[in-house]
Amino acid sequence: MADAAAAPMSGAGWRKALLMSPALAWLALLIVLPHAELAVLSFREQAGLRHYVPSLSHYREFFHEPEYWHTFVRTAWMSIVATFATLCLAFPIAWVIAKIARGRAAAWLFLACMIPFWISETVRTLGWMILLRETGVLPAVLVKLGIVAHPVELLYHDTTIMVGLIYNSMLFMIVPLVSSLESLDNALIEAAYDLGANGLTVLRKIVIPHAAPGITAGCIIVFMLTLGDYITPTLLGGKDSGWFTEQIYTEFITRFDWGQGAAFGFLLLVLSTLIVIAGLKLSGQRFGDVMGRT
Amino acid sequence: MIPSLPRPAWLRAATALYVAAFLGFLFLPLIVVSVFAFNDAPYPAPPWHGFTLDWFFANDPTGRLGMFHDDELMHSIWTSCKVGIWVTLLSVLVGLVNALLLERHEFRGKQALSILMLVPLVIPGVILGISILAFASQIAQFLNDHFDLYVRFLRPGLPLVVLGQFSYIATIATLTLRARLSRFDRTLEDAALNLGASNAATFRTILLPYLRPALIGTAMMAFLLSFADFNTTLMLVGGNPPLTVLMYGRMHEGATPVLNAVSVFLMAGSALLAIALMRRGPRRASA
Repeated sequence: MADAAAAPMSGAGWRKALLMSPALAWLALLIVLPHAELAVLSFREQAGLRHYVPSLSHYREFFHEPEYWHTFVRTAWMSIVATFATLCLAFPIAWVIAKIARGRAAAWLFLACMIPFWISETVRTLGWMILLRETGVLPAVLVKLGIVAHPVELLYHDTTIMVGLIYNSMLFMIVPLVSSLESLDNALIEAAYDLGANGLTVLRKIVIPHAAPGITAGCIIVFMLTLGDYITPTLLGGKDSGWFTEQIYTEFITRFDWGQGAAFGFLLLVLSTLIVIAGLKLSGQRFGDVMGRT
Repeated sequence: MIPSLPRPAWLRAATALYVAAFLGFLFLPLIVVSVFAFNDAPYPAPPWHGFTLDWFFANDPTGRLGMFHDDELMHSIWTSCKVGIWVTLLSVLVGLVNALLLERHEFRGKQALSILMLVPLVIPGVILGISILAFASQIAQFLNDHFDLYVRFLRPGLPLVVLGQFSYIATIATLTLRARLSRFDRTLEDAALNLGASNAATFRTILLPYLRPALIGTAMMAFLLSFADFNTTLMLVGGNPPLTVLMYGRMHEGATPVLNAVSVFLMAGSALLAIALMRRGPRRASA
């Protein structure tokens, strides 16, 4: 507080300091310091009873043990694929809501897209498990229809995880897409059409450039949520889902190896931050704008 | 393309079909969960064995135990409620103070502070959880070593769960309350002050009523988010699991339709909250 340092605290200065204190306490005690602690944990090694030395051993361990970095790469890759698939599937719906459906129909469709997300992920995942497991609904339907002779296990595949991830991400893609498409002036599309552009050209030259901020915001949020997801990969993917958050849980809670767990946590954080920055750079936006949009 | 341009019939049909398929995809899991809450069979799986309310009300200690008699389950719902209430109170209060700070005061580092406030949203919940866990036990260790103090709430348990959830829900509360506050007409306050109202009276009679819908909306959202949180909670929970963690554990072991019954219950609760939120003013408080 520059003004407070220059003059004795005025009434307004005190009030400002008082208003600032909850924010500072929250951010310092729950965000900044805990992450500093996490960094310290990850960059040291036990050298004796309650004696630690700075070291990169936890990070070395990560690169030495194929299981660790395979899981990491797999998690990142599947998250990218899931984000892209969500974008492709959500775009037509966002287009219908923003441009084709009118008035009440659009509002109802938008509401329908939100309803599942008022309900916790655990419940949604339970639904998918009942649908897909060997004794579940979908295999029974497939047998009834004569497509397969015996019930097949549809759980515990990568595709299953993917379906669950896309499902959980839908809303977070649709909301920013709709808001960026709504601001697109229809006259631009009409003009392009009159000048002889076909659908693909309109999409490429007009719609996508205009919707870029919404697309970026949606992709960033979906990617982060997917990367940090826990319930969906572990329940739909089964014991060997190979998701990195599960690895972190195992180190921290099961094996009680906090140094290794902290290193994993940091790697995940770095990855997600890098992707966020890359997304912002690609679309030339500022962090505050993107987050404000959602 | 848009309605003002010619759209071929096949495109219209394909659009309608896609929307229908999409809605099916969205609602199928929820419908399935609800239906099997009423199936008269020990597992939530086809075929249909007839309608029953056992999974809600049965009280047979050797056989079926409906959700209302499943003490562990009811206890976890209560735990979730307690955590949710604390998180809601803290988030709304801190969110309101932050909104006032950012909308009404200028200070050095304001830009940096408002960016820092957004950061919790981009940190994966699991990492929020482990970092708070590590930091809290570091403090606990320190107090233990130097002052011979044993501080219970710094060990995994509900207080840490509350703090962990609060750490990111506070961001959402700040965003929504700030958005509402930024549209406030400050001349109303000036008028009240001119007419001789004290600062406190102006806050109570002018600003608070204006913010009321946003405060209520934010509170509901905070509660819902807290109730549904899993990632952060999982890392900080002690021996007293909230509902999501308990359900997760049971789903791992192979669920009985009691979980479907709870889910139906949750859906009804969410629906009521959603309807209440929609009715509160046309300007929705959502972020």
